[in-house]
Amino acid sequence: MVNEVKNLKQFSKSAEKFEGAHLLCPGCAHGMIIREVLNVVDGPLVLGNSTGCVEVSTAVYPYTSWDVPWIHIGFENGSTAVAGVEAMYRALAKKGKYNGQRPKFVAFGGDGSTYDIGFQWISGCFERGHDMTYICLDNEVYANTGGQRSSSTPIGASTSTTPAGKVSYGKKERKKDILFVMAAHGSPYVAQVAPNKWKDMNKKIKQAIETEGPTFINAMSACTTEWKFDSNQTVEVSDLAVDSLVFPLFEIINGVEVRITYRPKNIIPVRDYLGAQGRFKHLFKPENEYILEQFQKNVNDRWEYLQRREEAKV
Amino acid sequence: MPNVMELQEVEVWDGNMAASHALRQAQIDVVAAYPITPSTPIVQNYGSFVSNGYIDGEFVLVESEHAAMSGCVGAAAAGGRVATATSSQGFALMIEVLYQASGMRLPIVLNLVNRALASPLNIHGDHSDMYLGRDAGWINLNTCNPQEAYDFNLMAFRIAEDMAVRIPTIVNQDGFLCSHTAQNVRPLSDEVAYNFIGDYQSKNPLLDFDKPATYGAQAEEDWHFEHKAQLHNTLMHSDIAIQKVFDEFFDLTARRYNIVETYDTKDAEVVIFALGTTVESARVAAKNVRELGIKAGVVTIRVFRPFPYVKLGEILKDFKAVAIMDKSLPAGAMGALFNEVAASLYQVQDSKHPVLSNYIYGLGERDLTQVDLVKIYQELDANAKAAKLTHPTQQFIGLRGPKLSFC
Ligand SMILES: Cc1ncc(C[n+]2csc(CCOP(=O)(O)OP(=O)(O)O)c2C)c(N)n1
Ligand code: SF4
Repeated sequence: MVNEVKNLKQFSKSAEKFEGAHLLCPGCAHGMIIREVLNVVDGPLVLGNSTGCVEVSTAVYPYTSWDVPWIHIGFENGSTAVAGVEAMYRALAKKGKYNGQRPKFVAFGGDGSTYDIGFQWISGCFERGHDMTYICLDNEVYANTGGQRSSSTPIGASTSTTPAGKVSYGKKERKKDILFVMAAHGSPYVAQVAPNKWKDMNKKIKQAIETEGPTFINAMSACTTEWKFDSNQTVEVSDLAVDSLVFPLFEIINGVEVRITYRPKNIIPVRDYLGAQGRFKHLFKPENEYILEQFQKNVNDRWEYLQRREEAKV
Repeated sequence: MPNVMELQEVEVWDGNMAASHALRQAQIDVVAAYPITPSTPIVQNYGSFVSNGYIDGEFVLVESEHAAMSGCVGAAAAGGRVATATSSQGFALMIEVLYQASGMRLPIVLNLVNRALASPLNIHGDHSDMYLGRDAGWINLNTCNPQEAYDFNLMAFRIAEDMAVRIPTIVNQDGFLCSHTAQNVRPLSDEVAYNFIGDYQSKNPLLDFDKPATYGAQAEEDWHFEHKAQLHNTLMHSDIAIQKVFDEFFDLTARRYNIVETYDTKDAEVVIFALGTTVESARVAAKNVRELGIKAGVVTIRVFRPFPYVKLGEILKDFKAVAIMDKSLPAGAMGALFNEVAASLYQVQDSKHPVLSNYIYGLGERDLTQVDLVKIYQELDANAKAAKLTHPTQQFIGLRGPKLSFC
């Protein structure tokens, strides 16, 4: 079993716990993130999953892609399913009925099941302090049901429920700032990662899983189908996201201390990132130019805010 | 095992306290729960058992009933004994997960303290919530008083955890009339109770890392039907295991339970069929109307799911008139119980059927009095003598305003 992935060649060989046979779209970043999680965990691991692309493409009876204990209940409760397993582990360990090594507990959910419908369950788990890591596979859309908006969808994106049209530029609202919301629960570790920056991701996921208590990772997960780019462009699009600071990479320690973990040498304009995806195509019409500006301003403001928080250490 | 509690031969317990003690004696590994009237005291009592060291498991105080059942599913899949309690709106919020629990064949025990469903909001007892979850693939047991709430909770673990069953189980008790009404209860000692239930042996637990299990897969048209049919089939045949547990409990306690139970039916011509605390009221009424020359009896079932169609049909077919008492109102239909009891008569090879009538009563815990019950027996008697319905098929008891009836 591979515990520390030192180079990409090793990464490509390290999929023993997540079999090659799954039904995710070619180029889907979900699979890349999952493999990374499985790579960094040392020892026994239990996974929970909410309904979404991952669930329907990895556990289609009578097959399963998972070589680790895995449970899916519904769309909203992947977090609580894992909390239940973790509670049972504590009960059985206390009674001497489980004598093995202490397992790690990880729950996956899409942004729909994390930012929206499952938010209450995650909040409850974090308030109760279960020893688990919640990982959001953030593709900014309900992909499994055909591309509807979520509260993670950025302003201006055309989705199947907020389609751009003659009188609409797409989604009207900004993306929910889930990192700070989760940090406000007092979580010891909250971080944002992107699979193209895989060493940073590897380190943060490891830290999250090894930190005791409820920890949260928001993983940017580029979706070829709903973001509308070619399936061989996942890493390129992800690079644009990170280098334009649309997805800044940072972590929050003990609910307050912000640390930026990656500063692009050359910050690229947000429009380069947006222009690489079909979902923002309409923003480049003259009448929508102001949304592009708004988007860039939002990104600048947030970057400024993150830097100030980092400096202030509070 | 932690502290043993010294219990007296007779304890004065209400239905909630009786259920709490049974859960304590079962030494459950994980309880994930959320409060709601009238089941709240079950959770509270359990909390005090935890605080005083009588429980060694984990008590997870979640943020909603949906989370309670989600936590129970995760915990049960992990491989230990699991239970919870709820009522009404809480049960409604849980329903999605009930299906998921039975689909995964996890032997969770749920105390459902029956209560009306809003709107209008009503905290009192009727059976509306029970029917809400009846098709979710759980075994449903019915109790009439605190003693039975205790006994059935002990038996529920045996039934749910039976390797030939492995189906989650609900123990129903009437809100307030049972849950908040104290009576003499004869508990078993902690050791005897625990020995009756036995240790839990899980199958394919998530915490077995040598054999990783996948729980909650997706199955479309190529497999979904088979999964559902298998659950149905096991449920329909679980009556054998259930009766076996009833019999063993009788050997231990001399308290006899049967899937279908009759009171004074040997020579009866007219019977009331009811569930829950109404059964006891109907027994009193039956005794009284016998003095008026009406050959009256009472029939109830202890197992609402799987519904004992054949057993019940065999018993009911020889009466002349039967009143089916529904403590809920499926809007736009005959009583839910009425439909199922009527169907049971078509499971027996006999052309002779009693005259059936349907009484809707007790919604939001509107009183059902002895006067009402006597009147029902008199109407049944009239039906029996005329050998046909002399009153509308569906009637409402104690409803003010315009007379409502159906047919
Ligand atoms: C209670 C409930 N509501 C709605 C659905 C339908 N549904 C299943 S997956 C899904 C979207 C999933 O989106 P997300 O969580 O973002 O994950 P993704 O598919 O994008 O990876 C929806 C709406 C459901 N399964 N259950
Ligand atoms: S729709 Fe998007 S998220 Fe879903 S499997 Fe395809 S690429 Fe991945």
